Amino acid sequence: MALKTEPFVLNIGPVHPSTHGVFRMRATMDGEVVLDIEPVFGYLHRGIEKLAEQRTYGGFIPLTDRLDYIASMSNNFAYVTAVEKLAGIKVPERAEYLRVIMAELQRIAAFLIAVGAFLNDCGAFFTPFIYMFREREKIVDLFEMVSGQRLTYNYMRVGGVSQDIPDEFLPALRKFLDKMPGYIDEYDRLLMQNEILLARSKGIGILTREKAINCSISGPVLRASGVEWDIRKADPYSIYDRFEFDIPTGTVGDCYDRYRVRIAEMRQSLRILEQAVAQLPSGPIRSDVPHLVRPPVGEAYTHIEAPKGELGFYLVSDNSIAPYRCHIRPPSLINLTALREMVRGWKIADAIVIFGSIDITVGEIDR
Amino acid sequence: MTRTLSGKDIAGQLEEKFPGSIVESNQAHLIVKSEVLPDTLRFLKETAGLDFNYLNHITAVDYYQYFEVVYQLSSLEHNHTTVVKARCYDRENPSLPSVIGIWQGADFQEREIYDLMGINFTGHPNMKRIFLWEDFQGHPLRKDYL
Repeated sequence: MALKTEPFVLNIGPVHPSTHGVFRMRATMDGEVVLDIEPVFGYLHRGIEKLAEQRTYGGFIPLTDRLDYIASMSNNFAYVTAVEKLAGIKVPERAEYLRVIMAELQRIAAFLIAVGAFLNDCGAFFTPFIYMFREREKIVDLFEMVSGQRLTYNYMRVGGVSQDIPDEFLPALRKFLDKMPGYIDEYDRLLMQNEILLARSKGIGILTREKAINCSISGPVLRASGVEWDIRKADPYSIYDRFEFDIPTGTVGDCYDRYRVRIAEMRQSLRILEQAVAQLPSGPIRSDVPHLVRPPVGEAYTHIEAPKGELGFYLVSDNSIAPYRCHIRPPSLINLTALREMVRGWKIADAIVIFGSIDITVGEIDR
Repeated sequence: MTRTLSGKDIAGQLEEKFPGSIVESNQAHLIVKSEVLPDTLRFLKETAGLDFNYLNHITAVDYYQYFEVVYQLSSLEHNHTTVVKARCYDRENPSLPSVIGIWQGADFQEREIYDLMGINFTGHPNMKRIFLWEDFQGHPLRKDYL
């Protein structure tokens, strides 16, 4: 006698260890196979774009920390470059270098979390994650030295950064730069050829090059699909045209490629850090900017290569002290566009791995 | 460095192909009539030499008299970019054709604009609120909200 079966709806989240925050997927299942999913957003919606309209240009910087809260420095960076473009403000050399140093450290810290959480989703429960946190801790210590904070740094200012680095910063950074390559080698030894990781991620959740471009995917996910596109190279902002680094890309666009690209990106960030530390000039860290910035009427869009992808700010000014409109281009939200097609037909356990390989932060999705 | 293509040059090309489609154009952007928006955007994507295959982002701004929807387009091949805009003058039921058939990346962004700004994108297969709950009243990013 044939068994009677029918599709059923499974709710994953809003709070679930694999959902990386308060994110929910409504999955339609046929037994263990995912027929369809629908991402459900909004559990962390705070109306940050609306709040921006009631704050001064400088006063909005702390709120940018709360977007992608595991990469606050990148958010600060993207926002202040947008205000500077809008108001035509120049930034001193030393501040540019400090920004690049912080942004690259932040990239490494964010990729450590991305890779650790991805391995969690693969079933390597918390052992690799805690290894990654060992190194991230060093970066967070460095950030604490410069900003006094360990998560929401609020470090950058319109026209520069809030304060110069203390004396103990550069020796501690040197120590980190010496040790980190060895740690990355350690991950490679542990994981790159690990049979279970290969079985769980190779050929799973393939995102083709054409699909990735059509879905406006950005960051490591786009590069894993074989597109050599990094905003730091394609449209250099700040002083990125002065550094030598490569763009790691994948070939297939599967979960393994996305994992591998992130590991390779850490090495490139270390290369940039080495160059930035060697070239770091002395001088002022902030240009003379009035407390209340009043940009001329107009609009500006700037984008940076944040750990998740293209993080952009679109600002419209009406010559008052607050933005008339502040739109945030969230890489985490847009990178999920293709999720539905990526997980269809895979088993539920694979769907979790595919979702983990995209690497999102809900603070940035919902805003 | 990404080159910003002049809105005037692109407007010239569009005007040849779609006469009367351009409302206004300058160095930084061009504004097209909303009826021909999908046709012009598809032309920009598929014409050799322009090849705007990547939609950076879509957003909307409320200027009281009209809503302005902003499309930032890029070409990953030629590394150039431009800004196309469209305006909605109807405050009660503003609507624009969806571009999801041209760039799938528009999916969540159009839903977000509908949710927060209240612009309806016709032709979008799943036009419903994305962040706020279904029976929420109003569209918070409008200037007359609150």
